[in-house]
Amino acid sequence: MPEREGNLEALGSLIQGFGVLADPMNIAYMFIGITLGVLIGVLPGLGGANGVAILLPLTFSMSPTSAIIMLSCIYWGALFGGAITSVLFNIPGEPWSVATTFDGHPMAQKGHAGEALTAAFTSSFFGAFVAVLLITFLAPVIAGFALRFGPAEFFAVQLLTFCSFVGMGSESPFKVLCAMMLGFALAAVGLDSVTGELRMTFGSVELLRGFDFLIAVIGLFGIGEILLTMEEGLAFKGKAAKINAKVVWETWKSLPRYWVTAIRGSIVGCWMGITPGGATPASFMSYGLAKRFSKNRQNFGNGEMEGVVAPETAAHAAGTSALLPMLTLGIPGSPTAAVLLGGLLIWGLQPGPLLFIEQKEFVWGLIASMYLGNIAGLIVVLTTVPVFASILRIPFSIIAPVIVVICAVGAYTVHNAFLDIVMMLVFGVVGYVFKKLSYPLAPLVLALVLGDMAESSFRQAMLVSQGDLAIFWSNPLVGSIVTLALVMLFWPVISALLRKRQSRQDGGTQVIPVK
Amino acid sequence: MKDVQRPRCARKTPFDSFAFKRPHGRTLASGTALAGALGLLLIPAASQAAWEPTKSVEFVVPAGTGGGADQMARMIQGIIQKNNLMGQPIVVINKSGGAGAEGFLDVKSSNRNPHKIIITLSNLFTTPLATGVPFSWKDMTPVAMLALDNFVLWVNSEAPQKSPKEFVEAAKEGGANRFKMGGTGSKQEDQIITAAIEQSAGVTFTYVPYKGGGDVAAQLVGNHINASVNNPIEAVSQWRAGALRPLCVFDKERIPLKEPVVDNKSWNSIPTCKESGLDVEYTMLRGIFMGPGVTPDQVAYYVDLFKKVRETEEWKDFMAKGAFNVSFKTGDEFKTWLTAAETQHKTLMDKAGFTKQ
Repeated sequence: MPEREGNLEALGSLIQGFGVLADPMNIAYMFIGITLGVLIGVLPGLGGANGVAILLPLTFSMSPTSAIIMLSCIYWGALFGGAITSVLFNIPGEPWSVATTFDGHPMAQKGHAGEALTAAFTSSFFGAFVAVLLITFLAPVIAGFALRFGPAEFFAVQLLTFCSFVGMGSESPFKVLCAMMLGFALAAVGLDSVTGELRMTFGSVELLRGFDFLIAVIGLFGIGEILLTMEEGLAFKGKAAKINAKVVWETWKSLPRYWVTAIRGSIVGCWMGITPGGATPASFMSYGLAKRFSKNRQNFGNGEMEGVVAPETAAHAAGTSALLPMLTLGIPGSPTAAVLLGGLLIWGLQPGPLLFIEQKEFVWGLIASMYLGNIAGLIVVLTTVPVFASILRIPFSIIAPVIVVICAVGAYTVHNAFLDIVMMLVFGVVGYVFKKLSYPLAPLVLALVLGDMAESSFRQAMLVSQGDLAIFWSNPLVGSIVTLALVMLFWPVISALLRKRQSRQDGGTQVIPVK
Repeated sequence: MKDVQRPRCARKTPFDSFAFKRPHGRTLASGTALAGALGLLLIPAASQAAWEPTKSVEFVVPAGTGGGADQMARMIQGIIQKNNLMGQPIVVINKSGGAGAEGFLDVKSSNRNPHKIIITLSNLFTTPLATGVPFSWKDMTPVAMLALDNFVLWVNSEAPQKSPKEFVEAAKEGGANRFKMGGTGSKQEDQIITAAIEQSAGVTFTYVPYKGGGDVAAQLVGNHINASVNNPIEAVSQWRAGALRPLCVFDKERIPLKEPVVDNKSWNSIPTCKESGLDVEYTMLRGIFMGPGVTPDQVAYYVDLFKKVRETEEWKDFMAKGAFNVSFKTGDEFKTWLTAAETQHKTLMDKAGFTKQ
């Protein structure tokens, strides 16, 4: 393990890192990267991983430092950009912005698109900033933490994500269960990663790749929303949005109120990024927690700003801190990190415990670019808020076909397959029917994105323990996460019991429920 | 690709006329002028030069982004672009569905399409056997073996075992299924090697499949598994940091790289498994194939292209960093190797019960 670096030394190295950035070419690459990233983030389907992979070979003639600055800035840009279409059209540009649609889009429908976008971008920035501070000062200490995660621990975290998201809600539990089971069933199609055999493909070549989460999301949310809007009168609801530059300042004034949510989101995000769980589960978990513990929980789902802050801080914190296990251990914390990892190897850099010692200029240049890149990203996206918000003023009859085309292009780019467009349309109808019958979409999406991972972690854990469930309480780390998850799941029952006891004690010392 | 000095000539083939029709319906004359300026199109001239791509070439990767095959494909794409080795762009496309079956089936069905190539990993042999999806290397046209990926038996450096012999004995003493072997994917190369060790040494492991090689190495460092058969590039940084220990390499001969990697130990100082009493040999093909029905001319073009790629400094560097076996084979020599490798996989997988009935 590398020696622990003192904070002072970290600061010194960071200043050197900023020195690397002072090269005007690097600054230029940074802005190019951010702009490209925002575009990639806006287009659903063309995710950060694909975008970086496509541009990777172009960077071979650059120095590794410039190259990673540009590519990581694409990544920051994509993290920011994903929120734009989520808020405006209910189409998540990136998987991690699915949870942003839950409250961001209702806000836009109420005419608060500008506020929703500002809140989303600012909280993204906040989450990223916390994660970068963490990387700067605690990298060597925290990297070791990821090593304590075996299959059982991974499953525990995934279980916690499910439970923090599902154990509550106003929908009928039966409908939640139905939606979730459908999600699990879809996630099971394709290759079974544990036995290496095909499942539920019925001999079809097209089904070999299974149901991609992105295609389902584009259909369920994007196309479903268009169908609903068509039924309700061919007009966007949010077209009365105030559009002026002041909206940014006004929103900023109200944001400090949500500091608890923002900090909780950042912690969840950093934790999920480092372990590595990924940005998408982090955003769901953070949203679930916020909904559970917020004073405004009744308003969640109807355009509550807190419901935008929670997933965005977590997603960006996770996306940023995912680079830490990649750099120090060579484990990619997200699909995009996996592609960047490939890039490092190609440039001849060996990610691992020694990278921080042997490639100081590179590592600290990268970290410095995380600071500057996120600031640059925030400036780029905030200045465009009025522009994006004004898109809602374009008549529906013009913008709807454009959205459908963008959705179709997005669905196609995921795997370069035409059948995916058909699947997207089918998912669109499913999304519409779900909305009409008031079945919740979120459990379906969550099961689809996490079902695969949770299944393989569970089965890996069972292989390791030879089928003994006690492995989930075999050490304090996994035991406490699993217990916390189960408490979350049964929280409605537990809190009801506590309330009963409280009323029976009637007038006695109040029982404060412990979480 | 702007590539001005490119007076490479081509005999007029059916593809040339196609190329001249494509760009926005220009006339032949102005098209030629522009082609001269941009170097985008081929200039037909009397010459004996052979076939060349007339449009962008699709480079299929039958695996996900970020894995070993994907890295190599993107490395090759970068080398070709940087050194202007090809007049047309080359585009990497991942088709990873069904353990790579999606990619192979795509190439299998691309009859007589010279603008599509595929890079292989062991799933060329293992996927049809394990999943029953019908394809084989014989359905495609072999172009070249680029390299062979090595495998090394790794244990955590805290583990007491210092040699394969001690490792096998410890696994035997621990009892059946007590030792956990981590690897990438299921019924693919890592599990096949595990099965081969079991068959040759008479031990049984519990094999735990993970998503990628980096995960496996980190799981071994965290002591969640007892051993792995990671590729050199996936584990070298942990070896240098003193967290992992290599026991033996599964190639026929030692890796010829003698530069010290850590504490005066080089790749060359790792014994082969065979010489240390564990009779298992395995390397993984990194080869290039085309669809069926392509002409020898077209195959020759790609063979020549990859020869040039192999001569670049970037490629040599990449090979050394990843401690690859740098064998290069084409034509009949390559086919002989493929036939033998297919038999080897079939035998190992049949014995281990991995073949789909």
